[in-house]
Amino acid sequence: MEKIKSLAELKKMQDSLRARIDLREKSNDPESRIQVKVAMATCGIASGAKEVMEVFIEEFGKRNIDAVVTQTGCMGYCYAEPTVEITLPGQEPITFGYVDGKKASKIIDKYILNNELVDGIIPVNYESIHTK
Amino acid sequence: MGKIKYHMLVCGGTGCQASQSEEILKNFQAGIQAKGLESEVQAIKTGCFGFCEKGPIVKIMPDNTFYTQVKPSDCNEILEEHIIKGRKVGRLLYTSPETGDKVSDSKHMGFYKKQLRIALRNCGVINPENIDEYIARDGYQALGKVLTELSPEAAIAILKKSGLRGRGGGGFPTGLKWEITRAVKADQKFVVCNADEGDPGAFMDRSVLEGDPHSVLEAMAINGYCTGADRGLIYIRAEYPLAVERLKIAMRQAREYGLLGNDILGTGFNFDIEIRYGAGAFVCGEETALIHSMEGLRGEPTVKPPFPSESGYQGAPTNVNNVETYANIPVIINKGADWFASIGTEKSKGTKVFALAGKINNVGLIEVPMGITLREVIFEVGGGIKGGKKFKAVQTGGPSGGMLTEKHLDTPIDYDNLIAAGSMMGSGGMIVMDEDDCMVSMAKFYLDFTVEESCGKCSPCRIGNKRLYELLEKVTVGDAVMEDLDKLRNLSHVIKDTSLCGLGQSSPNPVLSSLDNFYEEYIEHVKDRKCRAGSCKSLMQYLIVPENCIGCTLCARNCPVDAISGERKQPHLIDQAKCIKCGACMEKCKFNAIIIN
Repeated sequence: MEKIKSLAELKKMQDSLRARIDLREKSNDPESRIQVKVAMATCGIASGAKEVMEVFIEEFGKRNIDAVVTQTGCMGYCYAEPTVEITLPGQEPITFGYVDGKKASKIIDKYILNNELVDGIIPVNYESIHTK
Repeated sequence: MGKIKYHMLVCGGTGCQASQSEEILKNFQAGIQAKGLESEVQAIKTGCFGFCEKGPIVKIMPDNTFYTQVKPSDCNEILEEHIIKGRKVGRLLYTSPETGDKVSDSKHMGFYKKQLRIALRNCGVINPENIDEYIARDGYQALGKVLTELSPEAAIAILKKSGLRGRGGGGFPTGLKWEITRAVKADQKFVVCNADEGDPGAFMDRSVLEGDPHSVLEAMAINGYCTGADRGLIYIRAEYPLAVERLKIAMRQAREYGLLGNDILGTGFNFDIEIRYGAGAFVCGEETALIHSMEGLRGEPTVKPPFPSESGYQGAPTNVNNVETYANIPVIINKGADWFASIGTEKSKGTKVFALAGKINNVGLIEVPMGITLREVIFEVGGGIKGGKKFKAVQTGGPSGGMLTEKHLDTPIDYDNLIAAGSMMGSGGMIVMDEDDCMVSMAKFYLDFTVEESCGKCSPCRIGNKRLYELLEKVTVGDAVMEDLDKLRNLSHVIKDTSLCGLGQSSPNPVLSSLDNFYEEYIEHVKDRKCRAGSCKSLMQYLIVPENCIGCTLCARNCPVDAISGERKQPHLIDQAKCIKCGACMEKCKFNAIIIN
């Protein structure tokens, strides 16, 4: 192993290592960050949810957006798969349907960066035990 | 290659390792490989999560899922269901004792809600055997900052301003101690880390060393720079093999990166650390005894002054600090004195790590801000008393501390409040007692420990504690008279006033505080020969209720000492002189005819 010869070198090293534990640090406090949940049940995966998740993770990395991407189970909107639920800090979650790679980029451009809505929003029409 | 999407954190603390966490980690790693998930999922060993009651713990990031009591056979299900299909494994989630609901993420567990983790910041987050993860979490930045940007005086000033006090028990201001050691002129100085954690039931320091060893190494190097020492010694008990192992790995890695050794970070500062093993004697936690033990002498204390800061290891000025104190220091340097001083109470700043044990639901390791009340710690973080029983007392400060009761529950915890209440902070053991615990027996239990651990050098401690123990023994077997209670109190004061070191000066504390807070229990033992908790066997009597006894002879046949007699179909009788109070008769009786008086 190379010796670290100065504080500047140590700082540089930290910057390159940070990505390794980023996932853990961020997710300790998910509410303060952009949360993206990709529905990854059989139906979602069959219609391409895996690729969609990849796009989100890659784009966030490329554009340096501080967000947490997780997968969840089936949301029940099987007709509209792949579906993605996005929660911006301090806002109600919004669910998007029919998401593919292209649409994912569009969602990032419009909704996540500019808070503009995009086609394909699925209205929430049920109550969950969390809201009761 | 895809980016890593999941981190599976497996607890590698001593507690969880004892319940097969090593195997769990291996199963995960093998499963990840078998399923071809290496590029997306990583299984990582971390330090203690603190929730030892429900170990082994597995935490899945980024969704913060907290699995408890995981078995090696559960690994495949977690991989298949959670990682691949995104469905949490419900049966392994933590169940809230208040609501009975499953709690999936650790942020919503009562156990973690009130905690603030400074000393334990990396425990359960990073892999303690990987220096890179420590560096990624600001590791060695504080050392770098001190060496390149601050003079030793300026760094000491930050510590003084932060208000950090020694976490080993005494509560001496850390910055002041460093300043005193710095002021002494000498060619050779030493810094020492006291890792001789000896209180029964306490494991704060062990967890820090196991979960985040680099934070201690970094702080010791900062200490060396500030006090003018180039050698550090860690005094650790050989009973902590895992902590020793992780320290050795950490020291090797730090040397490879040049963060220990000569010319650290190109600044010309030299510092290196050695490990010294203790044999697990309680008295060696006292700093003069610790130093003698490291010198190869008997682990006996000597009179202070001279303080170790003036003349310590091999006669050189020596700065001794405790593990937890060290673990706080890098954060204080990085975040500043004002940030640290904003946490806690007026005279006790920051947080304190406690080991919760005894009759409490969430046995484990917690870190809470100073000023939190005992009620919050016991009933919110600790989840209340086991089995819904009634809270009776809590012993803080280990065998040197005192028992605090119901009336102290709303006292904010800090160094001075605990002393005012007749106990002490100590190193952070907290043992909770319920209505089934006899306070006289508890005092006897702690005294038994000090009698065993007394080094025997001074007579008040060697002989006094033994006599004190005998008096308590008299009370618990019902032979004591009221005068003995006065003797207990007087002897306690003599031992406190005349003993040489902290061990003897504090050993009568459990006796005195139980006399103060539970005097009526002592009187019951003496006058009524009664133990209300039912734990003093000599004061118990097994009796047969004639109305309930049908004379089945089952009890008589099961009595190991033939103390029960009586005709078939006639009520039986227990011969109290023969009875050894084993309770076998009561267990066997089907008619509730046997009671305890």
